[in-house]
Amino acid sequence: MPIFSFKRKTLTDYWKTLRLSAWLGWQQESNWADPLLFFGYSILRPLSGALILVFMYMVITGGKTQTEYFGYLYIGNAFYIYVGQVLFGISWVIIEDREFFRILKIVYLSPISIYTYLVGRGMAKMAVATMAVVFTLAFGILFLDIPVDFSTVNYPLLFGSLVFGLISICFLGIILAGITLLIARHSMAISEAVSGLFFFLCGAIFPLTILPSWISVFGKGIPITYWLEATRRALLPDITVSSLPDMPTNIVVIVLIVSCVGLIFASHLIFRMADRIARRKGLIDKPTQY
Amino acid sequence: MPTLSNIKSSIILNVRAIKARAYVRIVGQQRELSWLFFDSFLPLLSIAAFVYVYKAMQAPPEFTGFVILGGAMTAFWMNVLWSMASQFYWEKEGGNLQLYLIAPMSRMSILAGMALGGGFSTTIRASSALLVGIFIFHIPINIIHPWLTLAIFVVTLLALYGFGMLFASLYLLFGREAWHMSNLLTEPIFLLSGFYFPVKALGFYVAAVASIIPATLGLDAMRQLAFPDSAQFGFLTVGSELIILSILAVTFIVLARFSLGYMEKLGKREGRLTMRWQ
Repeated sequence: MPIFSFKRKTLTDYWKTLRLSAWLGWQQESNWADPLLFFGYSILRPLSGALILVFMYMVITGGKTQTEYFGYLYIGNAFYIYVGQVLFGISWVIIEDREFFRILKIVYLSPISIYTYLVGRGMAKMAVATMAVVFTLAFGILFLDIPVDFSTVNYPLLFGSLVFGLISICFLGIILAGITLLIARHSMAISEAVSGLFFFLCGAIFPLTILPSWISVFGKGIPITYWLEATRRALLPDITVSSLPDMPTNIVVIVLIVSCVGLIFASHLIFRMADRIARRKGLIDKPTQY
Repeated sequence: MPTLSNIKSSIILNVRAIKARAYVRIVGQQRELSWLFFDSFLPLLSIAAFVYVYKAMQAPPEFTGFVILGGAMTAFWMNVLWSMASQFYWEKEGGNLQLYLIAPMSRMSILAGMALGGGFSTTIRASSALLVGIFIFHIPINIIHPWLTLAIFVVTLLALYGFGMLFASLYLLFGREAWHMSNLLTEPIFLLSGFYFPVKALGFYVAAVASIIPATLGLDAMRQLAFPDSAQFGFLTVGSELIILSILAVTFIVLARFSLGYMEKLGKREGRLTMRWQ
């Protein structure tokens, strides 16, 4: 019998890695508190972020929340919670496992795909973010008169764009995680920079049409812009405030799908390259606390 | 009965501790110049998003100034949270806390050094962000009483860092909850303290409760002084806010003194001072 036997990973292996890393991520996110406290913690921050915008709006407009722009602002901000949590969260897994828990090398030594492990951890972040998004939206509809009419919502567009949007965010997070493997002193800054950049450029809380054209063109190159636009059009079919006013909905969806597929390939390539460089330079188990 | 020479050597020891802790923050942080870029320019991205929210609503130009000023002050709040309050938690996780505790100086001098160094470094960064914001967005800043503005700023920082010291004593006992607590105290505090909008909009009673956070009254006063045309958005008069901030500064520093001693004793009794990865 050979001493070493190498078995190619099967789909079952990948599924097991995905499932268990998602479970690990959920435990890591939630087991520091009892469920009620965890739930409160998970929604308080995003809700506070939404309320900051609400009060900013109310100070200027005197409380008129039935306007189209308020709907644009609130819904965009609510769904942007996914970007902050998942995009930042996946790259944070590298920092956490390498710097705080010192287990990144253990993950690498175990017979799993690090790529799949990160996707699984991202799914846990997605679950936490979903609680926050649903609660924030519900709060807006119930208490702030966001004019969402459940009978006119375009559900196929909403859920379809949500799936592709979340996949895009997840694989953007993987790209960022790959970059985080290689940088020491700027890991956290890079994640915050990307999150802040997207917040500014994706039309999350104001239409891109307000920006100078040479800036808004960058926003039109980010898949999240199309996802947020499709989501708003799904929830508020009659909305006229838009970041992409001249683009029909079917084109928005096509661009989203194509960019999502592109991101999956790009994340795989970039992460593999970053992984190779990190292994060559011995960065996998090199904590960088200063 | 301590002799005069004992008291003198104790003071010298604690001053050295303050200087040592401040040195790390002031000199060490500036060694990586790219950090200066990241800390000055990156927050501007989020701030710019809020600026454009006001522009989308065609708000008066001083509201852009409110956002820029509030955004600059977030740097201080984040410094208080992550580099002051959470510092003992980081040291515990890194295995250094016991070294701090067996060292023969007051915990207050360690924290005072952190506050001094952190405040200095953060002031440079916040000023850079403010200046860039002024030049890019052309905010109508007009400081008529510069010395009063400086006094408000200094007292606000004293109160903020005193608040941070008080929290540091609590974080001596926390495990992972420390990190989550610091996370929790970001957006909710930005909301309650009116970092991006006049705190008066929250109503009198909410604003009054929020005034326990030094940034609330500090920001409100600085806005009234920097943007005199928007004085109607002020919560209280500048004079009253200065008095309250002074009381808060003294109160937090005194409370931190007693709380540190108590929490350390509690931590020793429960064996939590060296527990890591909890």
